[in-house]
Amino acid sequence: MSSDVRFTDFKSDKQPTWCPGCGDFGTMNGMMKALAETGNDPDNTFIVAGIGCSGKIGTYMHSYALHGVHGRALPVGIGVKMANPDLEVMVSGGDGDGYSIGAGHFIHAVRRNVDMSYVVMDNRIYGLTKGQASPTSREDFETSTSPEGPNQPPVNPKALALASGATFIAQSFSSNAQRHAEIVQQAVEHDGFGFVNVYSPCVTFNDVDTYDYFRDAIVDLDETDHDPSNRDQAKDKILESDKEYMGVLYQDEDSVPFEEREGVEGSMAEIPDGAPEGAMDLVREFY
Amino acid sequence: MPEDLNWAIGGEAGDGIDSTGKIFAQALSRAGRHVFTSKDFASRIRGGYTAYKVRTSVDRVESVVDRLDILIALTERTIHENEDELHEDSVIIYDGERSTMQDVEVPGDATALEVPLKRLAEDAGGAIMLNVVALGAACEVTGFPIENLDESLQKRFGDKGEAIVENNKEAARKGQEYVREEYDEDFDYDMETTDNDYVLLNGDEAIGMGAIAAGCRFYAGYPITPATDVMEYMTGRVDQFGGKVVQAEDELSAINMALGAARAGARAMTATSGPGIDLMTETFGLVATSETPLVICDVMRSGPSTGMPTKQEQGDLNMTLYGGHGEIPRFVVAPTTVSECFWKTVEAFNLAEKYQTPVFLVSDLAMAVTEQTFAPETFDMDEVEIDRGKVVDENDIDAWLDEKGRFQAHFAAADGVSPRAFPGTTDGAHMTTGLEHDELGRRTEDTDVRIEQVDKRQRKVETAREQEDFDYREFGDSDADTLVISWGSNEGALREGLTLLEEDGYDVRFISVPYIFPRPDLTEEIEAAEDVIVVECNATGQFADIIEHDVLERVQRINKYNGVRFKADELATEIKQTLDTPAEATQ
Repeated sequence: MSSDVRFTDFKSDKQPTWCPGCGDFGTMNGMMKALAETGNDPDNTFIVAGIGCSGKIGTYMHSYALHGVHGRALPVGIGVKMANPDLEVMVSGGDGDGYSIGAGHFIHAVRRNVDMSYVVMDNRIYGLTKGQASPTSREDFETSTSPEGPNQPPVNPKALALASGATFIAQSFSSNAQRHAEIVQQAVEHDGFGFVNVYSPCVTFNDVDTYDYFRDAIVDLDETDHDPSNRDQAKDKILESDKEYMGVLYQDEDSVPFEEREGVEGSMAEIPDGAPEGAMDLVREFY
Repeated sequence: MPEDLNWAIGGEAGDGIDSTGKIFAQALSRAGRHVFTSKDFASRIRGGYTAYKVRTSVDRVESVVDRLDILIALTERTIHENEDELHEDSVIIYDGERSTMQDVEVPGDATALEVPLKRLAEDAGGAIMLNVVALGAACEVTGFPIENLDESLQKRFGDKGEAIVENNKEAARKGQEYVREEYDEDFDYDMETTDNDYVLLNGDEAIGMGAIAAGCRFYAGYPITPATDVMEYMTGRVDQFGGKVVQAEDELSAINMALGAARAGARAMTATSGPGIDLMTETFGLVATSETPLVICDVMRSGPSTGMPTKQEQGDLNMTLYGGHGEIPRFVVAPTTVSECFWKTVEAFNLAEKYQTPVFLVSDLAMAVTEQTFAPETFDMDEVEIDRGKVVDENDIDAWLDEKGRFQAHFAAADGVSPRAFPGTTDGAHMTTGLEHDELGRRTEDTDVRIEQVDKRQRKVETAREQEDFDYREFGDSDADTLVISWGSNEGALREGLTLLEEDGYDVRFISVPYIFPRPDLTEEIEAAEDVIVVECNATGQFADIIEHDVLERVQRINKYNGVRFKADELATEIKQTLDTPAEATQ
């Protein structure tokens, strides 16, 4: 049945309330394409989102979905996947959601390496609260709460991920539809935590990190001799602060997902009508 | 002599106090004696004062008393800490050869037994066994058959090899013989054994066992005293039943992971203590609004802030009852005994799934660290019932699809409970959110839908009041003029206190309440009594407050919650309507 699934099956009939031209449209389309391409359908897919413009995605997509609280989407996704490894779990967040309030969870989700994908819509600004600095905002980016710029360097989420033991790190650009969908697809197909930072421009509040800026700045790793299996190469690329790369920066082909290492087999949803067989042994242990 | 015997071992944290006490408690339990243990401990890994106390009798024991009969003192401080509980027949066992114990003065008329614990342990194979030498000495004093201790030593050290077990048995005998030979006294203790088989477990273990029995398969938590034992119990054991424990990076993560697992269809739980509950509070509303069944266990300790992590308090009641912004339909269940920790946990999972909302399982430190003996059939697994509520599958989901074929996960059912489709169910795909939403789970700010969904969620509580038996447990004289009400772990002490009161001619009716919300209506009982006393381990009387509130004559109410402020003409109309309606009709 999966082969009949088209990416539009993942679309809900709710019209997005994102601003016209928002990068999140492209990001979402890529997510839907990736899910369909990898043979998933809405009934076996679980989308988790946090708060902010990115958080709205569960409403515009059609699948099982949970829209949670600010910064906590990753733990929810981990819980879903651990409880039912047969589900395809995709978590969506923004740069504020993921790298500020949720930064602690990000590091631990990366090192836990549960088999799910994490797509971050990085627009380098807080959009839904109308234009404050985000963790990825440039040091001199002037906003309503940082009139002279945040005056602190932006977070480098890919470096954080690499340092935390990531098994898949990619970067994408929402406006390059084909490449973006391919990159997310690779994240979905990766056996472990597939992290994709997506440049997803905010056309309303960010007049620096615009489509034009990214189009000019971006270098497609496929057009370089980058070897994603080489962690040192990945590290060098990730730490180049003046470069914007698109593609898979790092992938550990030998990655074994956490739930597999932990021996989780199948869904935890099915339980017996009463106490499980052998439960009296639990009591006898206390003799 | 009293029927029961109170025994303790005390020393510094790191001296093996806990494991020695447990060895003795298990030996007693295996000898068919009832046991009730308690701990004094400080928030440190080594040093400080720590003690493990055992009260034991052939009859059931359900509380601690201010009397100590046998004290194994590994430090001088141990004697001072327990001075008030010693009496003329008390026996203190200590190592008078230790440099720090040479000038020990035994208070009052208590008997001091100097036993060279360390030297005898070395003779048996190693100084590390000095506590076991003391146990052997205690066996001699109390007339407790040392063979029962052997079984307990086997259980404790079996994994380390037979040689270790044999050395320990030998160490115990050296202690026993030393007392027999050196002290020609007739100690007035005689520990009878019985043929009863008991199990010995604490409240945290009972909660963990109850969770597994109830089908809990996913547990996420963050270590915190005194809730950690729940997590440690489940670790490894739940795996045998296809489940998993995940140690999260913090409590925010823990509750969100558990929420995710519950959303995926697993019975899921998290447990924490006060400071952790604070962090989890953020997610309470999400659990309720997304209508996810989740059991959130709070094993209370002294607060506020980090308070006294190793001391007892029942101070989080308001937190579990009111915690979280906005209004959250929830259940708050508080077991009153160690065995009820098991059964109320089972019930908590059923309530959570039947009503698709958070259930707070409130325990406390005193119950968490108390080990108590029970007949194994107290935890008869055949009695465990599972009710998963309104779960729909491929076969019956059609009835819950709207005209466009979309699953109505938040259908505004008359009883407030919607159908539930586990992810993976064909045609069940749906969105859910902490935002106010419509029946499909989609965000809305429509004032009518808002009211419909708030009412729908609140109706669960009313439905539960009708369908469930939120009753109390009653003890003492039901016609007495004095009514004592309590909740949580105080039940055992109150029951025993009641018999002491009876001996002094006081008639008391005692009601122990395991359901905080919804709770039994105690209006009649309170009105029938002359004196009403509410007993709880906190400073302000949180439960007393809500009980008082329950029996007040109710004010009439005007409420608005569609998201819009009050308007003048609207209020005038509402007030007129309220005044024209008889008060009882609005209750």
